[in-house]
Amino acid sequence: MLEKALKGNRAYWIWMVLLVMVIVSGLSAWGRQLEFGLGVTGMGRDISWGLYIAQFTFLVGVAASAVMVVLPYYLHNQKAFGKTVIVGEFLAVSAALMCMLFILADMGKPQRVLNVLLHPSPHSMVFWDVIVLNGYLLLNLVTGWAVLGAERKGVLPPAWTKALIYLSIPWAFSIHTVTAFLYAGMPGRHLWLTAVLAPRFLASAFAAGTALLILISFILKKSAGYDIGFEARKKLTVLAAYAGVANFFLLGAEFFTAFYSNVPAHEHSLQHLYFGLHGHAAFVPWMWTSLVVGIGSVIVLLVPLFRSRPRLLVAACIGLIASIWVDKGIGLVIGGFLPTPFEEIVGYVPTITELQVTFGIWAIGLLVLTALLKVVVDVKNG
Amino acid sequence: MNQQRREFLRKAGFAALAGLGAAAGLNPLHALEKTDTSVFPRKPVEGKVRWGMLIDTRNCPEGCTKCSAACHFEHNVPDFSGTKNEVKWIWKSPYEKAFPTSGMQFKSDELEKLEVPTLCNHCAEPPCAKACPTEATFKRWDGIVSMDYHRCIGCRFCMAACPYGSRSFNWQDPRPGIEIFSASYPTRERGVVEKCNFCSERLVKGMLPACVEACPGKAITFGNLNDPASDIRALLAREETMQRKPELGTLPSVFYII
Repeated sequence: MLEKALKGNRAYWIWMVLLVMVIVSGLSAWGRQLEFGLGVTGMGRDISWGLYIAQFTFLVGVAASAVMVVLPYYLHNQKAFGKTVIVGEFLAVSAALMCMLFILADMGKPQRVLNVLLHPSPHSMVFWDVIVLNGYLLLNLVTGWAVLGAERKGVLPPAWTKALIYLSIPWAFSIHTVTAFLYAGMPGRHLWLTAVLAPRFLASAFAAGTALLILISFILKKSAGYDIGFEARKKLTVLAAYAGVANFFLLGAEFFTAFYSNVPAHEHSLQHLYFGLHGHAAFVPWMWTSLVVGIGSVIVLLVPLFRSRPRLLVAACIGLIASIWVDKGIGLVIGGFLPTPFEEIVGYVPTITELQVTFGIWAIGLLVLTALLKVVVDVKNG
Repeated sequence: MNQQRREFLRKAGFAALAGLGAAAGLNPLHALEKTDTSVFPRKPVEGKVRWGMLIDTRNCPEGCTKCSAACHFEHNVPDFSGTKNEVKWIWKSPYEKAFPTSGMQFKSDELEKLEVPTLCNHCAEPPCAKACPTEATFKRWDGIVSMDYHRCIGCRFCMAACPYGSRSFNWQDPRPGIEIFSASYPTRERGVVEKCNFCSERLVKGMLPACVEACPGKAITFGNLNDPASDIRALLAREETMQRKPELGTLPSVFYII
């Protein structure tokens, strides 16, 4: 089946070559990073995770959101999702792959990565994250591929795929829950030390991931004539809208507890992000833009008059994805280190090398996704 | 095999190991952390010893940084101070930054300008060791939270987990940042985390930590917190002391008299 990804029109190959160029640039930057050390990035003693872990966190959400099509299709027999399920599963595969690459890029000693398996430590959330992420990638790749293969041959998919697909549904929830637990169990990092972090992660994931799926459906329709159908897109829009509502509700709940209780430790990080602290306000414009654009996008997705216009729908999907990317990446991961344990505010600016590596990993993900979706389109269009 | 031969083989084996260790120590490129195991009691008993430190800030001279100078020399800690790549094991911090959760409205002038030495707290409940995915950082039988630089994968989870900002990462090769090399402790590589080790390499030789020895005001008392007859316990019983952020439940083994 994979041979279908090796045949394509001019536009397909231009796109693929472009991605390969970005990947090569990323690899060369990663080489520089291996040579000098992670000091080539903007990270430092106080903000010790940056763009890489931010992308990782965002992309775990994208991966988990495949469940938004898998669950209605397989558990509730929503036939409208027939042409979307495989797109969701393969999006999850490429997102999970990017997650692992971002972790690898963030490691000081990537050559020792297998130490995680050699010295398994169930008390560490990383151990569980490695298990659930790898498992999720495999589940989606194997079931997606097997079901698609059966469809190509015109036979029913083997019975074992059903069992794995059912397993992938709770598994999707587990990947983003465990990712939230990476953060939510640390004493002294008060932006993360909150019980609603896991629910918030799931809500923002289902909003941004579903919005991304809608965008991909438009791209597939335009570039390959593969239409998931009006009904499916409409259902996805409603799902993204309500997940978005849940996300902003949970954010509001954080604000209430922090500011009404007036406990400094709970308050400081949010205050720093949204209003500035001790005269430091670098994050404030980002966070408010994210909030306004995000809520605006959710309103567009909620109101039938707005969401029925394709252009407005595309804009709202882009807005929601960007809003959650800023909120989760820049705000939550990087902002979570501030104020530092010494109540200080320090700066973080990603370097060119760091950006090159980041774009390189995104390009790998897009390359894999493009190839997988090419196979899907060719099989389904017969 | 008779008892004597067994004994001989055992000793010969240890001697060969010791020789290997010494040979490795001669070549600084392949220096291993040397531990003289003969100093340990035969079977270390978990919980019998818990090393701790009491810093009497009343005797800590203002502007003096001899403790960090001694520690940083002893352990080959590079000097990248003032940059984001900074590495530090013990350093002085303003009182209100080291104890941000203690009451601080209307504090006295002395407290306003007081600086206290800050270092790894060697917590009895270390969040860093819990977060570590490879057991590269772990709590030893004597309460010291230790690092295995050869196992650390550089994920920096421990740094995010530490509520005291006590951990440093080698963002670059540390050697260019070391002016004079010390022979008593190996240098690290780029890509691993490091921090204060309560001078475990000195303890096995029966020596006190470098900072304790270097302090001109004799402000630091080091001892076994589990031994009610120790000096540190006597001081803890007599004086009013503080731990950093006690509300987090980490049970720091470093105490302060303010």
